[in-house]
Amino acid sequence: MSGDPVRSIRTPIALEYRYTPGLASSRFLRAVAEGRLIGQRCPVCRKVYIPTRGSCPTDGVPTEEEVELPDRGTVTTFCVVNVPFAGHAIEMPYVAASIQLDGADIAFQHLLQEIAADQVRIGMRVQAVWKPPDEWGPSLENIRHFRPLTEPS
Amino acid sequence: MREVAVVAFAQAPSVRREDRRNEVEMLMPVVREALDACGLTKSDIGFFVSGSSDYLAGASFAFVHALDAVGAWPPIQESHVEMDGAWALYEAWVRLQHGDVDTALVYAFGKSSPGPLRELLALQLDPYVLAPLWPDAVSLAALQARTLLDAGRLTEADLAEVVRRSRRAALANPNAQLRGEPEIEALLGEPYLVSPLRRHDCPPISDGAAAVVLAAGERARSLTRRPAWIAGIDHRIEAHAIGARELAASPSTRMAAGRAGVFSGPVDVAELHAPFSHQELILREALRLDDGTQVNPSGGALAANPMMVAGLIRIGEAARRVTDGGVRRAVAHATSGPCLQQNLVCVLEGRGSA
Repeated sequence: MSGDPVRSIRTPIALEYRYTPGLASSRFLRAVAEGRLIGQRCPVCRKVYIPTRGSCPTDGVPTEEEVELPDRGTVTTFCVVNVPFAGHAIEMPYVAASIQLDGADIAFQHLLQEIAADQVRIGMRVQAVWKPPDEWGPSLENIRHFRPLTEPS
Repeated sequence: MREVAVVAFAQAPSVRREDRRNEVEMLMPVVREALDACGLTKSDIGFFVSGSSDYLAGASFAFVHALDAVGAWPPIQESHVEMDGAWALYEAWVRLQHGDVDTALVYAFGKSSPGPLRELLALQLDPYVLAPLWPDAVSLAALQARTLLDAGRLTEADLAEVVRRSRRAALANPNAQLRGEPEIEALLGEPYLVSPLRRHDCPPISDGAAAVVLAAGERARSLTRRPAWIAGIDHRIEAHAIGARELAASPSTRMAAGRAGVFSGPVDVAELHAPFSHQELILREALRLDDGTQVNPSGGALAANPMMVAGLIRIGEAARRVTDGGVRRAVAHATSGPCLQQNLVCVLEGRGSA
C-alpha cells in the first residue's frame, strides 16, 4: 500500500472579531472624524503621543491630558515604494513617510505625494491634504496624503 | 531552592464584554494596584513576564503592545508566554531561582469576547486532521463529561451541585461574573447546550486581567507581613491528540501535584481552574482532595473565566487567603488546552502565626 506522498493540504480558516479601539483611540478617531488631530501628553515625561493609545510606553502610566495638534509636521524618515501591493491604486513609485506633527514627540506613517520620490528629504516640512469633509469618517484616511509645505522661514 | 513568595495580587472584575477599554487600558490599573499593594515601583522589579494569546485579540504581537502598561524604559528584562498567566508565574519563579534578581511582576490579560471563542479554541488542536473539523471547546468538554457519566463516575445532579456551590461562593467575590443561589432542580430543568452539558456547566465568556508580584527570601518578608510562600510548583502536559488521552482522569494533574508536594500535608483551600463543572470532580480526584478542603471559595472558573487569566487568578486567590492569615496551606491549579490537557499545580504556605 503506497501512493504519492501528501505534500500539502488546504484548511481554510476565517474568524471574525469585534475590535475595541479603547478609550483613547476612540477619542482620537472621533476627533479625526471632525478634522481634528488629538494627541495625549504623558504626565511623567511630558511627551506628546499621536495617535493616542491611552498609555505612555516609556512610563507605563495613563496619558489623559489632550493636546490638539496642527496638520503640519516634519519628515523624520521615509522609504520609496517600488513594489505594488494587491489592491493598491497608487502610482509607482510612491513615498511612505514618518511624519512628526509640530508639537508631537512621535512620528506616524502616511503617504507623501505631490513631489517626485527622488526629491523627498528627511527634515522636509509637510502639510496634510484632507479629503472633502463630507467624506470624513473615524479614520486617518481622512487625510488623503501629505504634501510639501512652503512656509516663510 | 530559593524561597519565593507571592507578595501582591490584583485583578480586574471579570465582565462579559469590555467594549470601552482596550487590553492595555484594562491592564494598567491592575498592574498599578499590584505594585502599590507591596509598595514597589516599576524600577524595583527585576523581571517582567506576561501571559496572553494573540488569537484572542486577533492581532499578531498583541502582547508587545501590552508592554505599554508597564513602560519598558529604561530597558527591562521581559518575557512572555502564549499561555495562561499561571505559566508566566512559573517562568518568573524559575527566573528568581537564578538568584540575581529578587522581584518579578507577572501579569495576564485576556479578552475572550472579541472573537468566536468556542471556534477559536479549535485552532489549538492538531491542524491536519482535527482542527479542520472545527470541534469547538464546549463539544470537546461534553465528550469528556459523557465519558464520566457513561462510566457511572458521576451523575448530572453532581454537575449541578458543582455549579450551585460555585454560584453561592461567588456571592462573596466582587470580581466574579456569575453568582446566585440556584436550586439543583432548577439547574437540572435547564435545556442542554451540548449534551450532557447545560449552559451553567460551561464557563462564562469573560474579559479580564490580573497581576501578581513575586519576591524571594528576605525581600518577600520585607514587603508583606505574611508572604504566601511557594512551597512547590510543577506543570505537566498530556498528548496533543484527544483520542490518545484518558479523558475521565487527569494524570498530568496527579503527577504535577506529586512533584509540587500537595500530598505531603493537609490542604486547607484549593483554587481549581475547572472551566467546566465535571472537570472540578476530575481535579478533586487527581489532587486527592476530601471534605477537609474548601474548594473554590472564589467561585472558580465557572463564575469568571477570562482566558489566559483565570489560572493566574487561582494562584492569586489562593495566595490572598494565605496572606490574609486565615489559611496555612493552599493549593492553586491552572489548566490549558482542551479537556484539561496541561496542568499546573502550586502549593502556597503561610509560615509562623497568622
